[in-house]
Amino acid sequence: MTLLFDGADWDFQTLDAINRACTEIAVGEYGLDIYPNQIEVITSEQMLDAYCSNGLPLMYSHWSFGKRFARDEALYRRGYQGLAYEIVINASPCISYIMEENTATLQALVISHACFGHNHFFRNNYLFRQWTDAEAILGYLAYAKAYVAECEERQGRAAVERILDAAHAVRPQGIHRYPKRRWRLAEETERAKARAEHAERTYDPLMRTVPGFRTTLERPEARQQMETEARAKLRLPEENLLYFCEKHSPRLAGWERELIRIVRLLAQYFYPQAQTKVANEGCATFCHYHIMTRLHETGQINDGALLEFLHSHSAVILQPDLSDERFSGWNPYALGFAIMRDLERVCLDPDAEDRDWFPAIAGNGDPWGTLRDVWANYRDEGLIRQFLGPKVMRAFRMVHLADRPADPDYRVAEIHDEAGFRRIASLLADQYEPAKLAPLIEVADVDLFGSRTLKLVHESYRGARLDGEQTKKTLQHLQVLWGYRVCLQERDAENGRVLTEYASA
Amino acid sequence: MVIVDRRANPQGKSLANRQRFLERVRGDVKRAVADTIARRRVADVDTEEEVRVRVDGTEEPGFATTPEGEHDYVLPGTGTLNRGDRIRKPSGSASGGSGRRAGRGSGQDAFEFTLTREEFLSYFLDELELPRLARTSVAQEKLSRPQRAGISIYGYPSALDVRRTMRNSLARRIALRRPDQAVIEELQARIVAAIEAGDEPGVAHARAALAEAERRMQRIPYVDPVDVRYARHVRTPQLATEAVMFCLMDVSGSMTEHMKDLAKRFFMLLHLFLSRRYERVHVVFIRHTERAAEVDEETFFRSRETGGTLVSSALDVMLEVQEARYPRERFNLYVAQASDGDNDALDRARVTMLMQERILPIVRYFAYVETGGERGVFPHNAGRRTSELWDTYEALSAVTESENLAMRRLNDGAAVWTVLADLFAKNAHAAA
Repeated sequence: MTLLFDGADWDFQTLDAINRACTEIAVGEYGLDIYPNQIEVITSEQMLDAYCSNGLPLMYSHWSFGKRFARDEALYRRGYQGLAYEIVINASPCISYIMEENTATLQALVISHACFGHNHFFRNNYLFRQWTDAEAILGYLAYAKAYVAECEERQGRAAVERILDAAHAVRPQGIHRYPKRRWRLAEETERAKARAEHAERTYDPLMRTVPGFRTTLERPEARQQMETEARAKLRLPEENLLYFCEKHSPRLAGWERELIRIVRLLAQYFYPQAQTKVANEGCATFCHYHIMTRLHETGQINDGALLEFLHSHSAVILQPDLSDERFSGWNPYALGFAIMRDLERVCLDPDAEDRDWFPAIAGNGDPWGTLRDVWANYRDEGLIRQFLGPKVMRAFRMVHLADRPADPDYRVAEIHDEAGFRRIASLLADQYEPAKLAPLIEVADVDLFGSRTLKLVHESYRGARLDGEQTKKTLQHLQVLWGYRVCLQERDAENGRVLTEYASA
Repeated sequence: MVIVDRRANPQGKSLANRQRFLERVRGDVKRAVADTIARRRVADVDTEEEVRVRVDGTEEPGFATTPEGEHDYVLPGTGTLNRGDRIRKPSGSASGGSGRRAGRGSGQDAFEFTLTREEFLSYFLDELELPRLARTSVAQEKLSRPQRAGISIYGYPSALDVRRTMRNSLARRIALRRPDQAVIEELQARIVAAIEAGDEPGVAHARAALAEAERRMQRIPYVDPVDVRYARHVRTPQLATEAVMFCLMDVSGSMTEHMKDLAKRFFMLLHLFLSRRYERVHVVFIRHTERAAEVDEETFFRSRETGGTLVSSALDVMLEVQEARYPRERFNLYVAQASDGDNDALDRARVTMLMQERILPIVRYFAYVETGGERGVFPHNAGRRTSELWDTYEALSAVTESENLAMRRLNDGAAVWTVLADLFAKNAHAAA
């Protein structure tokens, strides 16, 4: 085979050749199933641009994105922070941004990582299939951008910012965690207008001004019944605060509801990404490692390029241990890659321990088939619970530290030995529970016919408490969305005792 | 696969976001600009040095938990840890696990970013204005500006109003019943149908109808010259605000290098302000010792000279120039004077007379900047609290009670920005 490139320089033919060679390997040999690829070459400034709008190619205008840009730019210019080699967008076609500064080897690495690894994961993982609509996201973003711009023009920038700021504050609590129906972003654009008109016309149970209503309210049993009926319509408790405000806020105008909806749908779009960092990056890293190695084996890249690749690769999968000053938690690339490499070994060359741990897959001789199944059907938490093997735990010398409030020290409770493996795997999996991503706060009740106060509840597990300062400010934002007072009760999840009460001013 | 080269796409996609962000942190930015002004040397004005803004006021709150409570962390260990070993918690917060956690909560939103030079200057100069600037005259032809004024049947092709033209065309075609392509096609279809049906008279009839339709279509044009409309523009004269700034600088021997430097910096900054904010402000440079002369910009800022001091000479030259070139009916007159305040005591009466009777009545604003020694010491008049010229002007302003005479002292380079900002602060002056 001829070399795809020689040296650091590349042009568009090189990219095309790399892509064709990778396709042959990834799709032909490894059986990856990908969206069509679209590679976009950008400058470092454009990369910074893309950073600050969550990596999306289009985004509505908001000051917080400008803030992120100012901060990232300052960090980058002073050399505190490097830029990613690539950004990849879960869309069909799958768009990968690659930087013009990269060398040819890096471009090959990036293409095999993003255009094949991430792309395959996006297309096949159940969470992405459930929650995102790859065909429609770009169209929806264009719609959102235009809609926000139009609102700014008609309602004034301040009014729009007020809603967006408030909605951004509760974004992590603005997602559905359990699928109700297949998400269809494509329909959003067409339905938006109809929905706004409809919402303005429709009857709202909270806004009763029917004659005779007051007198009905005075009869306790009638009032009771009305409240029960109205409350049933609210389907409490509700975990999605943005959804609740959008649907039931007594005060919002149609365009305000639509803005909340835009924020909410975009938050939902990113929900799978947060749950699959280890699996997604592990998949991409595993793919790039194999594709690059295969390119070298087939004589399509030379030794120099292989060494350059290995240098970058080992930097990506570096996992400092907890005594290292570079340590800042788990590196999802390292953890994911280690687990997947271990699975590969289990499939091909298992020993007694592996047969004991993974009887279903040990020695099945089909690592790619096994991994494709893992990538399709697991998120981080499941991946770790099911597939974190003793060899990986030993390799990382995993320890379990118990942090108890009364104790001034962390206590090493388990280590990577026979007695500790199960517990360590299970505790590490717990760490990746989606519930750990953001505090779970629910709408518990609404004072329907009185002060219209919105009542929220946060259940405190194992002494985890909300940050008071932040909570007060966030409630203030939430009041903007709800239109009336919002209060929050923090309860002990075990005995239901009320720990703290917060209220918006 | 598609490869797209996006490098040539317009840069600064996040400009809209940046503007929104700057608006939000306006207070912080202004403070940073003021701080920088205090530190900055005037020479820095035209260099590319950037201003760092520390931002605190852009918190994005959200529900978050504190590190309190029970936690279990599984972490990559060192290989030397064993069950029951203890590791001290980091002091201050009870956080562990991912080290990032410790940083959450406070201070997360405080960060520094840099303003570009353009942004810096616009923030600084935005705060300044020429006091009591009035519209004095309707200026010459070249100050007129094209303005839309309805539509016209004549005009340049580039001003063609396509919408309106096509609307007229449509209306005319409907009124004159011009058959469109669909009608022609329908008639053709009818002929074909009639031929297929073998309906001879039907064919003839349809043929005639088609011929008639085609004739009409040809006779009635799709777009007729009577349909065409153009956007009409008229040139409306603009009211001009013409102003002239007289810069008077003392370059006599009593001015130390430091003082001259301060004066020059002051004028440089003033010049920058005028040239950026006002399109049509004339600047006249006059420098004086015991004699005064109008000089060009280069000489004013660069060359050196020594001699005695006679302030009235500068005022004389200023009045000469004003009478010769800048009639007060057309121009807003401004004077900025920088001096160490040293003047011949015999000149006092003449300065007072010139100022009181001839200058203050006609100028909008007279800004006097007295440059002092390095630490605010006035070396030549030790023992006196104030200088000769300062006294003169102070007496003058007491007598005339005029609001258009402003005086400031300038002792060190850092204060140049603040003195200028003070003298020309927006809304600080009552309208004349």
